[in-house]
Amino acid sequence: MLKTFMRRAGKFAAIAAAGLVMSASVQAAEPIKIGSFLSVTGPASFLGDPELKTLQMYVDKINEDGGVLGRQLELIHYDDVGNASSARNFASRLIRSDQVDIIVGGSTTGATMAAVPLVEQAKVPFISLAGAVVITTPVKEWVFKIPQTDRMAAERILTDMKNRGFTKIGLISGTGGFGASGRKQTLEVAKDMGIEIVADETYSGSDTDMTAQLTNIRNTDGVQAVLNFGFGQGPAIVTRNYAQLGIKLPFYQSHGVASDSFLKLAGDSAEGLRLPASPLLVPNALPDNDPQKSVVQNYKSEYEARWDSKVSTFGGYAYDGLMLAVKAIEAAGSTDHEAVREALENIKGYVGVTGEFNMSPEDHNGLEADSFRILEVQNGDWKLID
Amino acid sequence: MLNQFMQSRLRGLIILAVILYALPAFLSNPFHYDLATQMAIIAATVVGLNLLVGFAGQISLGHAGFFGLGAYFTGIMTGNYGWSAIPALVVGGILVGILAWVVGRPILRLKGHYLSMATLAVGFIIAIVINNESQITGGPDGMPVPPFDVFGWELSPFGTYSLFGIELNGSQAWYLFAAAVLLVAVWLAQNLIDSPIGRALRSVHGSEVAARVVGVNTARYKSLVFVISAIYASVMGGLYAHFQGFITPAVASFDFSIVLITMVVLGGMGSTMGVILGAVVLKLLPQILTHFQEMEAVMFGLILMLTMIFMPKGLLPTLQLAVSKRLKKRAGGQA
Repeated sequence: MLKTFMRRAGKFAAIAAAGLVMSASVQAAEPIKIGSFLSVTGPASFLGDPELKTLQMYVDKINEDGGVLGRQLELIHYDDVGNASSARNFASRLIRSDQVDIIVGGSTTGATMAAVPLVEQAKVPFISLAGAVVITTPVKEWVFKIPQTDRMAAERILTDMKNRGFTKIGLISGTGGFGASGRKQTLEVAKDMGIEIVADETYSGSDTDMTAQLTNIRNTDGVQAVLNFGFGQGPAIVTRNYAQLGIKLPFYQSHGVASDSFLKLAGDSAEGLRLPASPLLVPNALPDNDPQKSVVQNYKSEYEARWDSKVSTFGGYAYDGLMLAVKAIEAAGSTDHEAVREALENIKGYVGVTGEFNMSPEDHNGLEADSFRILEVQNGDWKLID
Repeated sequence: MLNQFMQSRLRGLIILAVILYALPAFLSNPFHYDLATQMAIIAATVVGLNLLVGFAGQISLGHAGFFGLGAYFTGIMTGNYGWSAIPALVVGGILVGILAWVVGRPILRLKGHYLSMATLAVGFIIAIVINNESQITGGPDGMPVPPFDVFGWELSPFGTYSLFGIELNGSQAWYLFAAAVLLVAVWLAQNLIDSPIGRALRSVHGSEVAARVVGVNTARYKSLVFVISAIYASVMGGLYAHFQGFITPAVASFDFSIVLITMVVLGGMGSTMGVILGAVVLKLLPQILTHFQEMEAVMFGLILMLTMIFMPKGLLPTLQLAVSKRLKKRAGGQA
C-alpha cells in the first residue's frame, strides 16, 4: 500500500514538475488513457493478478522510456471479481466516464463477451485477454484478442495424436466454461481430421474423484489415447486418478493447466503426459534461431525480478495486449479510435510472448495453431517436444 | 406532521417519483444513467422480495434463481425464437409464478423457515441447469440478448430517441423507462400491503398462531405473496437482460440471491422505500470503493457490519425513527 502510495506521489510530483516546465505544450502532454477491467480477485484471480501486474509494470517502464508519441501512458484499471455484469459496468465506466483511448482487458470469456456489445457500439478498440473462439469468430469490428483459441489447442493436440498414429481417442472434460467450450471445439476438429471420439465423459468443477469416468473410458473398445480438457483443480485430480488406475494409454491435457502449479498438484502422476503450451514455460529450451526466444526470456526475467513471483502464461497475454496497443497507436500516429483500430488490424509479424501475430480484417487474433508448443512432462519438469 | 407525511403511502410514491425524475439533473454522463437504470431494476426486484421477507416473514434464498430464469427465458425467446419482449416477459413471469407456486404451496403449510431451504435448493438447481444446458443458454460463457422492443419499436441503450421534442440518448431513455417501471412496482406493492391481504400477511408475520386463530388462511396468503415476489423477480430479470444485452449464469447465482436479501435487510425489512435505498447503496458502493483498490472488499464488509450493528432495523427505518424522535422532543420542548 505504502509503496504504491509513494510511487504515485512520486509520479504526481514528476507530472507536476513536467507540467510546470512544459506548460506551453500542455495539449501534447495529455496522457494516453489505457483502460482495463480484469478479474484481479475472485475465482479467476490466477488470470487477473499476473495480468494487472504485467500491465502496471510495463506502463511504468514505457513511461520511463519517454512514453508513446511523446505522451505518457495512464493505466485506469478496475477489478471485475470474475463477474460478467460488473465487467460490463466497468467497461461502461471506462468508455463513458473515463473516456479511455483503448481497452486491454477482460480476463475471462464471460467478462469479455459482456463488454462486447458496449465496445462495438461505442467504437473503442478492445484487446481481450480471454480464450474462447466466440470472441473473434465471427469477427467483430472493434474486438481483438491475444490468446490462442481453444480451437487451436484442439487442433494442435489432435495433430500431435495423428502424427503418433492415434485415430480413436477418449475425451474427458470439465463442465465449466473452459472445458465445455474446449469439448465442443475438440468434437468439431476431430470430425474434420478424421479422428473418432469413442468415449466422451464430463465432470463438474467441484468433483473430487473422476475414477468412474476414467474407468468408463478405459473399458471402451479401441481407445488409443485420452484427452482431458479442463481448468483449475479438476485436471490435476484426473491426472492423479489416471495414474492410480494404472492406465497405460498416452495422456493429453489442454493448455488450461500449462503452469508450474499444475506440476506441483499432480506430482509424479503427471509423468509422460503431453499438452500444448506457451513457450514461456521452457524459455531456455527454445532453439537460438527461434524469434520468440529473446522476447520470452526478457519478459520472464523482468517480471520475476519486479514481482518476486513466478511468471505465468496469462501475464504474457497482458504483455502482448499492451505491446500491440502501443504499436497500433504508434502506427496510427494518434489515439483516434478508427485509426488505431485500422492499425491494429494491419499489424504483421509482431513477435510476442504468446506467438507471432499477423492480424488481418478477417482474423482479429492473428496467431497460428503452431504458436502452441507441445510439451511433455519428464522427470517432473517440462520438456519441449515440438 | 412530518411524521405523518413520511408514513403516508401515496406521498411516499410522490417523493420517490420526484427523486427519480429530478435525478437526471445530477447525472453527467451515460455511465451514470447506466448505473441508475440498473439500480432501478434491481430496486424493483427487491421491492418484490420485501413483500415476502418484510411482510410475510419468510426468507427466500433462491430469488436470483427466479430472476435468472426470467432473464434467460426472455433472452432465449426473443433471441432464438423471434418473440417480442412483452409476451416473453409475461409468459416468463407466469411460468416462474407457477414454479414458485408448486414449490411454495406444500412447504408453506409448515410453520417456520422451511421455505428458505426449499428456495436455496431451487435456486441452485436453476443455476446448474443454466450452466449446463449450453446448447440453449450458452453455458457458463453466457448469451447475448436483443434490445427491448414494443410492437417493433426498439429501446436500445445505444439508440437516440426524442420525447416531447427533447433529444434523448439510449441510456437516458432507458433510465426514464426503468424509473417508471420502479414506480409501478412500488405502487403495486403498496396497494397490496394496504389491502386486506397485506393486513393478513402482517398478522402472519406478527404471530402465525394468532393469525390462524382469528381465521386467516396463513398457508394461502404466504404462497400467494411468494408467487407474487417470484413474478416480480422474473419480470425484472427479463428487463435486466434486455438492458444489459448479455447475460451469464451469474445472474442466477446463489451469491446474487444473498445480495438481494442483503439489500432488504440493509435498507430496512418491511419498508418499501428503505429497501430501495438498500439496493441503491449496495449497487453504488462497489463503484465508489474502487479508489481503495485492494482494500475494496474490506471496506465493503466493514460498512455492512457497522450498519447492521448500529442500525439493526435497517437504514431508512432507523433514520425515520431518529427524525421523528427529534421532532417529538422539539414539540415537547415548545409545549
